Amino acid sequence: MTNKVIKNLYYTKSDEWLKVEDDMGTVGITDYAQDQLGDIVYLEKIKKGKKLKQGEALTTIESVKAVSDVNTPVSGEVIEVNEKVMEDTSIINKEPYGEGWIAKINIDNKDELKKLMNNQEYSEYRKE
Amino acid sequence: MKLIFEKSIKDRDGYSLPGDLFKEIKIEDCLPEYAISKKKKLLSEVSEVDVVRHFTKLSKLNYGLDDGFYPLGSCTMKYNPKINEKLASLNNFTYAHPLAPEETVQGSLEIIYDLNKLLCEITAMDEYTMAPAAGAHGELTGNLIMRKYFVDRGDKRHKMLIPDSAHGTNPASAAMADFQVVEVKSNERGTVDLTELARLMDKDTVGLMLTNPNTVGLYDEGIKNIEKIVHHKGGLLYYDGANLNASLGIIRPGDAGFDVVHLNLHKTFSTPHGGGGPGAGVIGVKKDLIPYLPTPIVAFDSTHKKYYLLDLGSKSIGMVRAFWSNFPVLIKTYVWILSMGPDGLYNASETSIINANYVLAKLKKYYKPAYDRYCGHECTVTGKEYKKYGVKTLDIAKRLMDYGMHPPTIYFPHFEPYAEETIMVEPPESESKEMLDKFIEIMIKISNEAKTNPELLTTAPHNTPIRRTNDLVAAKRPILTYDDELKLKDELKYKDKNIDF
Repeated sequence: MTNKVIKNLYYTKSDEWLKVEDDMGTVGITDYAQDQLGDIVYLEKIKKGKKLKQGEALTTIESVKAVSDVNTPVSGEVIEVNEKVMEDTSIINKEPYGEGWIAKINIDNKDELKKLMNNQEYSEYRKE
Repeated sequence: MKLIFEKSIKDRDGYSLPGDLFKEIKIEDCLPEYAISKKKKLLSEVSEVDVVRHFTKLSKLNYGLDDGFYPLGSCTMKYNPKINEKLASLNNFTYAHPLAPEETVQGSLEIIYDLNKLLCEITAMDEYTMAPAAGAHGELTGNLIMRKYFVDRGDKRHKMLIPDSAHGTNPASAAMADFQVVEVKSNERGTVDLTELARLMDKDTVGLMLTNPNTVGLYDEGIKNIEKIVHHKGGLLYYDGANLNASLGIIRPGDAGFDVVHLNLHKTFSTPHGGGGPGAGVIGVKKDLIPYLPTPIVAFDSTHKKYYLLDLGSKSIGMVRAFWSNFPVLIKTYVWILSMGPDGLYNASETSIINANYVLAKLKKYYKPAYDRYCGHECTVTGKEYKKYGVKTLDIAKRLMDYGMHPPTIYFPHFEPYAEETIMVEPPESESKEMLDKFIEIMIKISNEAKTNPELLTTAPHNTPIRRTNDLVAAKRPILTYDDELKLKDELKYKDKNIDF
């Protein structure tokens, strides 16, 4: 089992990460999540301009063994989608924190970040 | 093993016709040019004995219920008694045509009519449709019936509640019927969280789709309250029959308050399942919903003593398939119910529940149960503690094949935090204690192997005709025809060297 975490990212209980640059947030799934899912085979199309509330499903991810939702860590509008990952979902398995990012979101309210975990808290949360 | 196409030898054939009676003619002489395909057809040129040997060999590589234990959880892979097959293949049935005049097929109609009455008695429902061709088709039919019922009453309900433990087909069927799917979380006992249900069940909600025992194999003791909550808000309660095998003669869904009941005759009622199908996902309803059933149903005219097809009229959701049913499946079901009798049906469920609890009790020291409590006719354990040895549940399942057993259902159900790395074992009533003991012994052996020699598991299976398959390629680029395989092989030569067979 692997559970690599990266500093300076925010984490959710449903295993997404969020990188914040000014008002923009990049969303992906954690190393733990990709390991739990196994080989990822499908990611549901995300519409640019879609407005989401914190915790709502951004997309659906499917692996050889399970289907689950990827929830947005913060409320906001989807401004960019990683088309490369849509084409080749195996990138998420290989680089969940780098090239495997899923979408970029215009953050509505930075107060919501308080509800998220930092790397140490997430590490502790997912310790078996 | 070579494919039949690879065994083809040019100009070899498997027939011989007397030349003085049959002359060879060219296709161009009988058909206009536009009707002849330009594309070369892949037909193998083989002799009769080549064909027989090829398919006999293939059948020997297969593993089915007639070979051994098949403990697929939530699937009820029980033995298919041969008397079912024998009676269903009588000429009077196999030569019957769905468009034959009613008076010439009275016997067939009588079976459908009688079976309807028997299923009504077993499940406490008022009427069944035999039309749906399989489980998910039945679910869709059930959803469409509920939809029409509310539309007719001018009630604009559009949400359907489904527990997180449900079969994936439940939300899919509800979505196909244009309902918005709302998930209901399980509580710490693995059953429906009543507070959550009460919060979600509102006047916009059609009702709840419930499997009981649920897909973890646990009986939902909250059913009385569930029924109250759903009906209090004017909703309907839908029963997914995947796990009826735990209930025959013990509890009837209709008595528990279900309004629509779905049964898989190919699970509970011993007709072939999976590749041996087809199935039959019949739907039973309470009185108020009868007008909405797919049309027609078989009725009995008591004055003229004759069975006939009754058109249900304009309220019916219409036809859901060509003709009336997968009829041979109904005959097999009828034969099974009559050969078992009421006590036999009760014994079947009782035995399956005892079997599952026996397996659970014997395995729980080695594989942590998802929920440590008595189960219904199937038990869910997990392979979590072997992760630290680098072994996943998938590897445990693959290793079982080396010991000549079909693996149980794995990774289903799958929800946090209880049901992860799940192994779901359903040992139906047709399995003996000796068979269960053999399975338990192998599972314990594998748990030791996982600790001492994990590689044996991660590289399994070793003794099967085909070693570990590539799930990723199978999901992303399924090879369904010989053409697909040739194309993929060709592509791989140039492109992706990482994918191998």
